[in-house]
Amino acid sequence: MIRFLVGKLAYLIPTFIGITVVAFSFVRLLPGDPVLLMAGERGITPERHAQLTAQLGYDRPVVVQYLDFVMGLFQGDFGTSLATRRPVLGEFFALFPATVELGLCAVILATIIGIPLGVFAAIKRGSVFDQVSMGAALVGYSMPIFWWGLLLIIFFSGILGWTPVSGRIDLLYFFPNGTGFMLIDSLMSGQSGAFTSALRHLILPSVVLATIPMAVIARQSRSAMLEVLSEDYVRTARAKGMSPFRVVGIHALRNALIPVITTIGLQIGVVMAGAILTETIFSWPGIGKWMIDSISRRDYPSVQGGLLLMAGVVMIVNLLVDLLYGVINPRIRHS
Amino acid sequence: MTTKPATTPGPLREFWFYFSENRGAVIGLCVFALLVFTAVFAPVLAPHDPVHQYREFFLTPPSWEEGGTSQFLLGTDAVGRDILSRLIFGAQQSLIIGVVVVTIALFGGIILGLVSGFFGGWVDAVIMRVMDVILAFPSLLLALVMVAILGPGLMNAMIAIAIVLQPHFARLTRAAVMAEKNKEYVMAARVSGAGKLRLMFKTILPNCVAPLIVQGTLSFSNAVLDAAALGFLGMGAQPPLPEWGTMLAEAREFILRAWWVVTFPGLAILITVLAINLVGDGLRDALDPKLKRS
Repeated sequence: MIRFLVGKLAYLIPTFIGITVVAFSFVRLLPGDPVLLMAGERGITPERHAQLTAQLGYDRPVVVQYLDFVMGLFQGDFGTSLATRRPVLGEFFALFPATVELGLCAVILATIIGIPLGVFAAIKRGSVFDQVSMGAALVGYSMPIFWWGLLLIIFFSGILGWTPVSGRIDLLYFFPNGTGFMLIDSLMSGQSGAFTSALRHLILPSVVLATIPMAVIARQSRSAMLEVLSEDYVRTARAKGMSPFRVVGIHALRNALIPVITTIGLQIGVVMAGAILTETIFSWPGIGKWMIDSISRRDYPSVQGGLLLMAGVVMIVNLLVDLLYGVINPRIRHS
Repeated sequence: MTTKPATTPGPLREFWFYFSENRGAVIGLCVFALLVFTAVFAPVLAPHDPVHQYREFFLTPPSWEEGGTSQFLLGTDAVGRDILSRLIFGAQQSLIIGVVVVTIALFGGIILGLVSGFFGGWVDAVIMRVMDVILAFPSLLLALVMVAILGPGLMNAMIAIAIVLQPHFARLTRAAVMAEKNKEYVMAARVSGAGKLRLMFKTILPNCVAPLIVQGTLSFSNAVLDAAALGFLGMGAQPPLPEWGTMLAEAREFILRAWWVVTFPGLAILITVLAINLVGDGLRDALDPKLKRS
């Protein structure tokens, strides 16, 4: 197991270096002088320009600048936002819980609906249920989620008036930011109605963000289940007279879920990309919206830091999924 | 008595046999054909100029709604442009996006994958690590940042999306090349003196085509979806170009007042992407021998 772990980690190092190179090159590749860009439209005197260039280290060789950048990363220095003059890392982690809360809800929703849908479709292969649910999954998979979000707003917020249009909670409520997760904080605050309000704000964005992962998980669960159901040991179990529930629920399902776990893990990247769109539509104060705002404000250090941190998060989650896969599937671990 | 000699059906025939068994795929193909028709004949089919602003008809509802007129079947947008005409011309944009992105990604991916799989060693290691890096970023985010560097616009958006989708082609080609390159027919070609380029492109590549076609189809729908998303975020096609994602971005502020400006462009995106994905599923089933008779 340790060798497996070390192997996985070693494999990540070149990728990590690549990610830092991409993020580092980002500001350097921008057309124009970074100092002029930071000065903005006010302009800058030549003396001040030279001073800033030296201060920021842009007059040194690129390799030195890069190494400096990487050393900074290890010390938690991801640069300073041009818009707020605050460290990028602090900004990121202030908004990160909102995205995690939304993303987690979406993944949980996608899993608890997607897996049963796929499994039942496989058991009832060729039935109306199979055709309808797999048709729906294909529609979900093809869904432009930014449009889907707008449609849900029109229907549930506009026509029915059930859910709010934007934000994480009604402005009425105020409580200290304990965990950063609005559902938990609102519950702990003890204010009546706060939790319901947080939940009502969360539901539409979660559904929107869950749509594509749900479709992918359902399709994957179905094909994994179909494959397992045709295995010899399933036939043996049936021949021995086990109840269909036991055969499917215990023998087949456990093995079918192994590849599905990887699929769920891979959805984290999809959810991160989806968060950019979902958070923009629902004005959800998370890192997706922050990235979009930073790009449109030309706040390049924030974009650079955000790019790096989001890629880092995806990388770590993928690593954890790989490890989990190794734990539950010994064949992978020992190959 | 004469009996017809038993002929084996041609590869295209055989492919169509399996493909047409999948009803969804055939429907998808029909919708896609309709879309191509619409795009090609857009100037003839569209009732109005897609960028002309009818100043007396701001946010006119569709013709069947109260206040709608038969002049504008699907209504008009906030500056009085005919939505149906914009949708029809938008089909052109989406198809161009799909074709350009898949061509760039396919071309780049095939070259990188062939070189990587054929030469192996450090060349392979370097190329594949670079692909890993691209895949480590959430795709839309990377495309978004690239467009921020290159400057917003449809061409830059297409390049960015192609770069993001390209590693899938490189990996597929590499895997196929690795599987093929030690087979006997390649050895035979090598012994009879075929050069490296000939081996790569004429001997090996044609046998790696099936997975690439399937991936190409899926990438086509991804490209349409991602380009629309970039347009929606204001980083893709720029107004007044009638691109579906950009139309949605312009419509956002009217969602609670005028449902039609939001509904139709999104529906167009969904139908297009769905049709292509249906075709993709059918292609995968028809081209993948493992799944053929299951």
